[in-house]
Amino acid sequence: MSAVGDHRPPRVSPLNDPRVRSIAYQVLLCVVILFLVWGAVDNAIDNLAKARIASGFGFWNATAGFDISQTLIEYSTVSTYGRAFWVGLLNTLLVAALGIVFATVLGFLIGIMRLSRNLLVSRLAAGYVEIVRNLPLLLQLLFWYNAVLKALPELRDSILIPGGGFLNNRGLFLPQPVAEPGFGAVLAAFAVGIAGALAFRIWARRRQERTGEQAPVLAVALALIVGLPLVVFLVAGAPVEFVYPDRGRFNIRGGIEVLPEFVALLFGLVIYTAAFIAEAVRAGIMAVSHGQTEAAYSLGLRPGPTLRLVVIPQAMRVIIPPLTNQYLNLTKNSTLAVAIGYPDLVQVFTGTVLNQTGQAVEVVAVTMAVYLTISLVTSLFMNWYNARIALVER
Amino acid sequence: MDATDTMAVEARRATQIAFVRSATQDPLPPPLSQSGAIGWVREHLFSTPLNIALTLVSVGLIAWLVPPLINYMIFDAVWSGEDREACLVTVERPVVGACWAFVRERLAYFTYGFYPIGERWRVDIFFAMLVIGIVWLAWLRAPRRDIGAVYFFVVMPVVSYILLLGWPAIGLYKVETSFWGGLLVTVVVAAVGIVVSLPIGILLALGRRSQMPAVRLFSVIVIEFVRGVPLITVLFMASVMLPLFVPDTWSPDKLLRALVGVALFTSAYMAEVVRAGLQAIPKGQYEGAMAVGLSYWQMMRLIILPQALRITIPNIVNSYIALFKDTTLVFIVGIFDFLRTIEAARIDPKWATPTTSTTGYAFAAVFYFICCYLMSRYARNMEARLATGHKR
Repeated sequence: MSAVGDHRPPRVSPLNDPRVRSIAYQVLLCVVILFLVWGAVDNAIDNLAKARIASGFGFWNATAGFDISQTLIEYSTVSTYGRAFWVGLLNTLLVAALGIVFATVLGFLIGIMRLSRNLLVSRLAAGYVEIVRNLPLLLQLLFWYNAVLKALPELRDSILIPGGGFLNNRGLFLPQPVAEPGFGAVLAAFAVGIAGALAFRIWARRRQERTGEQAPVLAVALALIVGLPLVVFLVAGAPVEFVYPDRGRFNIRGGIEVLPEFVALLFGLVIYTAAFIAEAVRAGIMAVSHGQTEAAYSLGLRPGPTLRLVVIPQAMRVIIPPLTNQYLNLTKNSTLAVAIGYPDLVQVFTGTVLNQTGQAVEVVAVTMAVYLTISLVTSLFMNWYNARIALVER
Repeated sequence: MDATDTMAVEARRATQIAFVRSATQDPLPPPLSQSGAIGWVREHLFSTPLNIALTLVSVGLIAWLVPPLINYMIFDAVWSGEDREACLVTVERPVVGACWAFVRERLAYFTYGFYPIGERWRVDIFFAMLVIGIVWLAWLRAPRRDIGAVYFFVVMPVVSYILLLGWPAIGLYKVETSFWGGLLVTVVVAAVGIVVSLPIGILLALGRRSQMPAVRLFSVIVIEFVRGVPLITVLFMASVMLPLFVPDTWSPDKLLRALVGVALFTSAYMAEVVRAGLQAIPKGQYEGAMAVGLSYWQMMRLIILPQALRITIPNIVNSYIALFKDTTLVFIVGIFDFLRTIEAARIDPKWATPTTSTTGYAFAAVFYFICCYLMSRYARNMEARLATGHKR
């Protein structure tokens, strides 16, 4: 028994000391993990040697020998596996970027429709969201690809698109614009237009802060960015020629070819993701309290500026985190391309390259590293953006 | 005096023109144009020119979509028949809708895959056990839900394993998983995901909030890694890399590999859902539990987790919906789940008609929609129920 005032710590067995126990648990965990990793690596080396599969990235510069149906960069059957990787990655990024743009537009539209006072419109939007969210994306992709696009007419009965395009079950064929000499001036005018619009915006902002006068920024910016290049384009004598797709008996030559796989994937991803974005938008707008709108009205703001200056900036704060999540989901879901044969990263690299080389560990690791990088970069950027627009509290 | 007075009052009354009401009158009903059905329609559908335009567009859209859909699914549909002849366009039937005869004939294949016909009662018992377990746990006023949890998370998996795979010692001969297919596989993948992901998810979530740096680091790496990559790559990893990492005498079968992938993937998402619930529990609960001398696991088991899991039920169900939809992805690593059986059956020459594909997809869509919609309804009801508890 310790006397009063005796401040020596009580004698406890080291077995019951939380610090000792915590260190013991962590050491145990590390040992178990190391043991598992060591076992896995050991087995892998064993199994690879038995199956006579090479390891390392030697295959990267070997000739691939297969063709890819959609290539954004130079690629042929004599290109390397490394080249095939880049082709696949660019195809993934293409469908993800276009998908994000369209899904955002459609998602905001549906989200605002759901909040409409018009009951029919809001019910229609709600029905869209309920149906699309409750069906697996893979089913939707298969439906668009097999039941809609593959059911389009054959080559000889192609649907003619006004302006010289064709639509059939092999895809969408459109005229391809080719720049002629003198088109550089149009691009230059476009660049000048963007710079001019930015300068005008800065000037207008400064003037408004100084005098309170407002300037028609949107109209001027549109005139500079769209109007100026258009004028230059017409003055230079429309220096663009169109290469029209030429329909032979068995295939179509020339023009831009859009694969049905690409269209189906884009359609499916946009429609699916838009439903989730719509929910995020609805939640975000509903999170702005009604008092904000009323306060803006009582200050004399009209409905348009109220929405633009008061409601949307506050709603965006709530919308952005789930929106980022949906962008990442869309990018990750684009891997379902493999089911309908669109040559994205997974189909080209984790599919064909893996089958040809058999180097599962390297190929799967590279694929995962790509998606991890995309995820991490996006979330870092979004965290930065989020911190920038976050409410500054005292 | 009385007489003259009375007469004066009478006279005044007689000459009075104004009429003063002594009681308030009932308010008139609002004009017909602003109340009742007409007023409602004016207010909600035709209040402004823009609104009128929107209404007209919506009506047009509905008229364009709904009647053809109903015709296709019901009135023009073919309900019975032996083979493709039944669903072809003929002179007496110029329009053919959905070919339900195809679904009816293939229903057993969609449900059991290639499971031996004589042994299909085993699958039926499995389905029945699953339904009992789900109702027991989902129905909040069911008796002894603690036994229900033990049944669902311990008894049922073991019994199902023996029942479905077989155990020659008790007379159930072995049915290899390569014969499994259809709804059975979809349900097995979803059920394994549900049963495995919750405990592992809880452990990972606790690990992420742990005081021990090594444990925390391990949990964070697992969770963020799995959440950062698409499910397909996880499935590819499980199906092509897992066999390399184990001694080749084990060689896990195809279905097991996919199950490992799905379980890992779902656990990481479940961990984040549970973590959100843990964070919502006020610190006083932890401190209170420690003050009465509970150990870490006692505190979690008796105080924290019951509260945290209760408020996360809607989110848990939502992640089960995502899991259920994601089960279709095992299709890509070559497993005959429900969608894959439909995909295989729709290109069968015996039923090759122009509407077979659409019918197959429509059937799958109805099935997935009903399942997911019921789950989301349940989640929403739970949310409403739980919300009232916190309102004062």
